Amino acid sequence: MAQVDGFLVPFGPVAEAQRTELIWTTAITMIAILPVLVGTPLILWWFRRGNTKATYRPQWHFDTKLEILMWGGPTLIIIALSIWLTQAVFRLDPYREIDAEMAQGMNFEITGAPVAIEVVGLDWKWLFIYPEEGIASVGEMVIPVGRPATMRLTTDTVMQSFMAPGLAGQIYTMAGMVTRLQMIAERPGTTVGENTQYNGTGFPAQRAPVRAVPPEDYARWLDNARDAPALDAETYAVLAHSGDVAKAREDLDRPGDGPLVFSLADPRLFDRIVARYRRGEPVEPEAQPGSPLYRPDRAPLPEVSR
Amino acid sequence: MIDLFGRLEWQELKLLEFFHDPSIDTAVASGAAWMTVVAAIAVIAWITWARRWAWLWNDWLTSVDHKKIGIMYMVIGFVMMARGVFEGVVMRAHQTTALDGGVLSNEHWAELFSTHGTVMIFFVAMPFITGFMNYLIPLQIGARDMAFPVLNQISLGLTATGAALTMISLVVGAFETGGWTAYPPFTGADFDPGPGPDYWVWAIALSGFGSMFSGLNFAVTIYKMRAPGMHFLRMPVFTWTALCTSILLVFALPPLTVACLMQALDRLAGFHFFTNDLGGNMMNYANLFWMFGHPEVYILVLPAYGIFSELTSMFAAKRLYGYTSLVIATMSISVISFCVWLHHFFTMGNSATINAAFGIATGIIAIPTGVKVYVWMATLWGGRIRFTAPMVYMTGFFILFVIGGLSGIILANPAINWQVHNTQFIVAHFHNVLLPGLIFGIFAGVHIWFPKAFGFRLDERAGKITAWLWIVGFCFTFLPLYFLGLMGYPRRSAAFDNPEFLPYMIVCMLGALMLMAAFAGLFVTLWVSIRKRDELAVPLGDPWDGRTLEWATSAPPPPWNFAMIPHIGERDAFAREKADGRPYVTPEYYEDVHLPPNTSAGLIAMVATTAFGFAMTWWIWWLAVASVLGFILWYVVHSFREHPEVTIPAVEVERHHAAWVEAATLNEGVTRDDETNSRNRGRAATDMVVAS
Repeated sequence: MAQVDGFLVPFGPVAEAQRTELIWTTAITMIAILPVLVGTPLILWWFRRGNTKATYRPQWHFDTKLEILMWGGPTLIIIALSIWLTQAVFRLDPYREIDAEMAQGMNFEITGAPVAIEVVGLDWKWLFIYPEEGIASVGEMVIPVGRPATMRLTTDTVMQSFMAPGLAGQIYTMAGMVTRLQMIAERPGTTVGENTQYNGTGFPAQRAPVRAVPPEDYARWLDNARDAPALDAETYAVLAHSGDVAKAREDLDRPGDGPLVFSLADPRLFDRIVARYRRGEPVEPEAQPGSPLYRPDRAPLPEVSR
Repeated sequence: MIDLFGRLEWQELKLLEFFHDPSIDTAVASGAAWMTVVAAIAVIAWITWARRWAWLWNDWLTSVDHKKIGIMYMVIGFVMMARGVFEGVVMRAHQTTALDGGVLSNEHWAELFSTHGTVMIFFVAMPFITGFMNYLIPLQIGARDMAFPVLNQISLGLTATGAALTMISLVVGAFETGGWTAYPPFTGADFDPGPGPDYWVWAIALSGFGSMFSGLNFAVTIYKMRAPGMHFLRMPVFTWTALCTSILLVFALPPLTVACLMQALDRLAGFHFFTNDLGGNMMNYANLFWMFGHPEVYILVLPAYGIFSELTSMFAAKRLYGYTSLVIATMSISVISFCVWLHHFFTMGNSATINAAFGIATGIIAIPTGVKVYVWMATLWGGRIRFTAPMVYMTGFFILFVIGGLSGIILANPAINWQVHNTQFIVAHFHNVLLPGLIFGIFAGVHIWFPKAFGFRLDERAGKITAWLWIVGFCFTFLPLYFLGLMGYPRRSAAFDNPEFLPYMIVCMLGALMLMAAFAGLFVTLWVSIRKRDELAVPLGDPWDGRTLEWATSAPPPPWNFAMIPHIGERDAFAREKADGRPYVTPEYYEDVHLPPNTSAGLIAMVATTAFGFAMTWWIWWLAVASVLGFILWYVVHSFREHPEVTIPAVEVERHHAAWVEAATLNEGVTRDDETNSRNRGRAATDMVVAS
């Protein structure tokens, strides 16, 4: 299975920056913590009751210099960390698309146009739609090395959280809402596209490899997917039914195992899924994928105009 | 016709599950159900056999004495902790088999992590801190009871209701599976129409009222009932932390209760607060929940900070260093704790500005927390430290809590948080702050104040072994989870597919067994101590050379706490009396003491609200209506009855007090060298043993 060393073994600049944050935050905070780790055992030992050499100062209860150190030390550390943190939050904001300016600032290279990917969280699998390429994939996400992936995410069931730790952190996906995430791979590699928000019994299975491949492999993967059966609203309604990828293969009568690819019949599929919950009328449980009452034939997706 | 049982059917009884479908999974589920039932029957049988019903009723269940209510909270906490620890061990055992599978079903696993969290936070940690505050606040401020003794009993009843509903869910039906946070829409009617989320909603909503009432009661007690001369800045530090926690309880619990009731409206009445459709928005739930949830962390940990403050000073035999700093730090934490809740969902798509603001706010709250740790170290500095069982807990707390603080600072940085949120890193973090921070504090506190409550000390040796087991067991169980989290293993996952995780799981399992042994160690300590209670008896009430007022009374204290309300001239009032050589004096005259009478108000509240919660869970509408109406009717009738005070005549007070003073005066007292042996009867002597 996929590389699961998380962001400690990154192959993209976003996750790499996050690892750097972790290391520096830990190091700076140690300034405040080491005195406690070292001092506590020493104080307990030296000021033990039996030690006649230690000075007993039962009334000592205040020292201005010590107070300044006690309050000032942590304050300075938090100021430093806050500046650090604010820069990181703005630089790595999952809503900020990866562009040349960012590449320059963070010292990496962009070698091609961004790839738009739309992610739909289902119970218990991820659907990745590539609207500009006219394909979709279930259970695997592929991106070309050197091109930013600019992602829009939602769910067609309960809340989930998408994370590809080797490339970028996570973002929640919520029904009727769209969140964003950006990533770019500097070299080929595989991480796991995992759901981290518990969403039912199939939760542990909701892990899709996220592969960064050389551009020619990416083109081949796209070509392969374009020849696959079409993903239209009816097929989607079956796909959305609760179950892992293997179950989806069974439901769709696509024998074999591993990820599923589709040619995309409806480039607006993602927006229609989001619109399902935004029609200003109740959506009965029968029309909500993930509900135990869900019935594909009762769950038409609304039309959207763009 | 009235539907007698709502949607409740016989096959909901967990007891029979194993016999219908035998497997390890159903054996665990049915086994837990049987244990609950058998334990309940055993307790009832024992009480009957020992003819203890009248004692239980008159001395405990209907008592409004804050000390007894406090002890009953602790009992609820320990009973529920038995369940929580068991569940933890079962979960860790499952995880050692969870490479591509596991012995438990995924559904059962989800129920386990949800009940474990719910039970540990709401029905272990909350009763523990409420129990401590109940017991100590009036004693430390020189009062005879709470401001509202009957309300106090009702709070206890409502907490018991929540605990009872979660226990009932073990036997009848199932608990929810969305974790202790119970995020909709997963717990909404569209996705989980079953009784599980309803059990959670009613257990939390009803006990939430109890906690809020407790907060009101404690705050008013501290504001209004301090002994003359006890200014705010003369209060013991524990009372300060209790005051801050009370304020937090009053302001933090309502958002939770409201969120629960909104969720109930969603589930029962087709509302759309948190649903996917029709404008429902689960983000509102997350906000409401964590507006409670983050202050809750400090609700739990502040009283433990208070205990650590008292014990460092007590066992270092010196004045607390930096009292004012501690008070400022405590108050700052209380206020800032309301300004950080969003850090529980940096991953929800907030703007960078908002994420940065809450990240910084979270960092800021670490400042007063750090100050506290330094203050305690300074308190130990220059002391004559006795390394007793509470000090073992304190050592574990210092070392481990700062590691929890480090992971907290890491999590406060949104850029890192995006990577470790919802992973085992979080699980490691909150266990790291709550176990050493809260639970170690509580157990250290039990060691210190148990002799006050029951008149005899706990066995030192058994207590120390238990304390070390907690510390080592904690390290084995939870520190590996940090690394699993950094490797991207999500929390709440029943299975994993990476064989590298397996060794970590086995280490965690070993740790869990140690924690189980540590939990058993608490009861071994209690058992050993009860057997040696004559040897360990400290009836004179001051076994540790205490500094605050609760030590200036007998152990156990009389129902009226103090024969006469003390006048306070400075901080550490009792230490001053001892230093001046004028402790244990009899007043010129005694007065009658008036105490509130026993009442069954708390029990009525518990029975009625448990019935109501059960009825709402199972849609037994007649019972829901009947329990609410019965409850209201009982209170209306009750409020028209006369409530004669119980008067303790002055001679009775005098008899008790004079006997205690005489015994204390006759005892020459022990130095701290004899603190832990049988010569210590609770009278502290001037401690000049260490030559300087």
